[in-house]
Amino acid sequence: MYSVSKYIHIENGSIFENGKQIVDSNTTDFSEFIKQVYRNFEHIYPKFYKMDDLCKLAYIASELVLKDETEKDIALLFSNNEGSLDTDYKHQQSIQNNDAYFPSPAVFVYTLPNIAIGEVSIRHQLKSESAFFIASEYQTDYMHQYTEHLLRTNKAKKVLCGWVHCLNGAYKACFYLVETNGILEHNNQNIKQITK
Amino acid sequence: MEALKKELKERIINVLNLEDITVDDIQDTDALFGDGLGLDSIDALELIVLLDKEYGIKLADPKQGKEIFQSIETMAQYIAQNRTKL
Repeated sequence: MYSVSKYIHIENGSIFENGKQIVDSNTTDFSEFIKQVYRNFEHIYPKFYKMDDLCKLAYIASELVLKDETEKDIALLFSNNEGSLDTDYKHQQSIQNNDAYFPSPAVFVYTLPNIAIGEVSIRHQLKSESAFFIASEYQTDYMHQYTEHLLRTNKAKKVLCGWVHCLNGAYKACFYLVETNGILEHNNQNIKQITK
Repeated sequence: MEALKKELKERIINVLNLEDITVDDIQDTDALFGDGLGLDSIDALELIVLLDKEYGIKLADPKQGKEIFQSIETMAQYIAQNRTKL
């Protein structure tokens, strides 16, 4: 039997930690909102500003879950329904016109969703199991079974699971950490509640 | 030349997303890579694109960048001598 030890919900300028609101911003602009949140962190990480929006969101959600974490054997299972499409569009626009063909290397490197996993792994020095799933909605049962398999077979001591959506200014992140002890039973009903 | 250096600093801050750095923080002779601004390999590629996009300079050999991108001073000198866009 495994448990959820912490969960985070980020959407519409608000952040909830274990169901309790910890940030309530009146800005509707994602870029401004996420920078406000970052600047309130004690940890200085200049590379944050170079990330694309999907990675910024995954970084902040992970930071909030893992800020007091010392365990390094944490598997990462992220998911969304558009991959890196937000940045793919930006890259496509930069190569649309033959007369102004200036693809940006800094944009291009984020045209893969699992870069978000890489950014979180680098920040927290994780060399663990990881996967980024693309699905129309959060695959509760699959993620539940996969997470428990990783823990049961000692592939990881803990698993950070999350839905991280970022497209055309809309954003939503629901992250939760699964381990032996916690505050909620790790079951489909609670996962649905956390990721709704 | 001073105007070009200032413009270059503004463009580098903008294109490399150096949010916490201002024009006044960058000295003309500061190293752009390593212990200076701490730019990385992707930033180097962005600087090559910047030269092409803003000043019409195409670097045929990326290795040239090592000398050109030493500092704002060396970049400005190279741009002044080789620019095709005003």
